Amino acid sequence: MGDRSNSIRVKVSRGDDRGRHFDEFDVPALESQTVLDVVTWIQRNADPSLSYRFACRVGMCGSCAMTVNGKPRWTCRTHVSKVLQGDTLTIEPLRNLPVVKDLATDMSEFFDKWTSAESRFVPTKTREDAIEIVQPATKERIEADAAIECINCGVCYASCDAVELNPDYLGPAALNRAWTLQNDVRDGGKNSRLRAVTGEGGCQNCHSQQGCVQHCPNTLNPTRSIAGLKRLATRAVFKREL
Amino acid sequence: MLSIRLYFLQRLSALIMAPLVILHLGVMIYAIQGGLSSEEILGRTQGSLFWAVVYGLFVASVSVHGAIGLRSIAYEWGRIRGFSLSLLSWGFCLLTFFLGGRAVYAVVFA
Ligand code: SF4
Ligand code: SF4
Ligand code: FES
Repeated sequence: MGDRSNSIRVKVSRGDDRGRHFDEFDVPALESQTVLDVVTWIQRNADPSLSYRFACRVGMCGSCAMTVNGKPRWTCRTHVSKVLQGDTLTIEPLRNLPVVKDLATDMSEFFDKWTSAESRFVPTKTREDAIEIVQPATKERIEADAAIECINCGVCYASCDAVELNPDYLGPAALNRAWTLQNDVRDGGKNSRLRAVTGEGGCQNCHSQQGCVQHCPNTLNPTRSIAGLKRLATRAVFKREL
Repeated sequence: MLSIRLYFLQRLSALIMAPLVILHLGVMIYAIQGGLSSEEILGRTQGSLFWAVVYGLFVASVSVHGAIGLRSIAYEWGRIRGFSLSLLSWGFCLLTFFLGGRAVYAVVFA
């Protein structure tokens, strides 16, 4: 903190999609304070009607993402000292999603798109079969492992221009998960999933400009995963399978 | 909006255009040494099946490639949808093909 003055000017977006405005608060500055701490302080001490969402506070659950000084971030893992502009912090809901109230967005469409991308594991074995040994050093597993640590926070989705311009586009997170499953040797849903991720709004709509890579707090690379899906799709079109 | 087939076609047309552009530029830089007149150009191209195929293929790829690109831009930035979107893409494709085809005809056959 050092020479920081001892209060922060915080502009918080209020309202919903029918009308939004900013409320301003002065929040005491503390050592090692996160943006989520600031929002919580406001709700507990200044305005109990402020709505926002969080659960784990340690970067595990993916529920606390908001737009902080114009960029999508996990608020629980963002230190105020890292993002302060002068002594001001502007906190808004995530982009590209409907606002329920204040800082809480409606993430249904984000999760619905995971479902449309068939981004769920399709088992091929029963409990009678032996457990399949997955070798960590195989090419497929390395690809899947590189993309697996997603916590569904929606930060990439909020940073994606293709989502903003094309509401049908499935978005980086759902496609990233689909790519991990296309590389899972135990999965039985690959053909159907490839059709799902190449339909209207499929992987081919990605611009490859890597806004998602820039902002993913888990340093994942959805663009790379999407490029992998595009390769699979191109091969399938060539073989007349799509 | 951008179906996987259109995506595929756009990559394929890019793949065809890339070497043709290099060939075109290479020959131009080589041929221009020491000056070049339109008679000299037409002298090489007229009646040449090779140049007819090179530029014919190029024009076909450009019309496909450009129309698909324009379609994405019109959809995302212009919010154009449905029939208007298809009309625009097909219109642009045919127009480019017609104009390019005319040019190829002029330098090879006319
Ligand atoms: S690279 Fe693709 S998925 Fe990532 S932000 Fe850009 S358009 Fe969206
Ligand atoms: S890919 Fe990264 S930014 Fe996107 S939902 Fe997963 S963890 Fe969040
Ligand atoms: S509160 Fe769980 S990730 Fe921030």
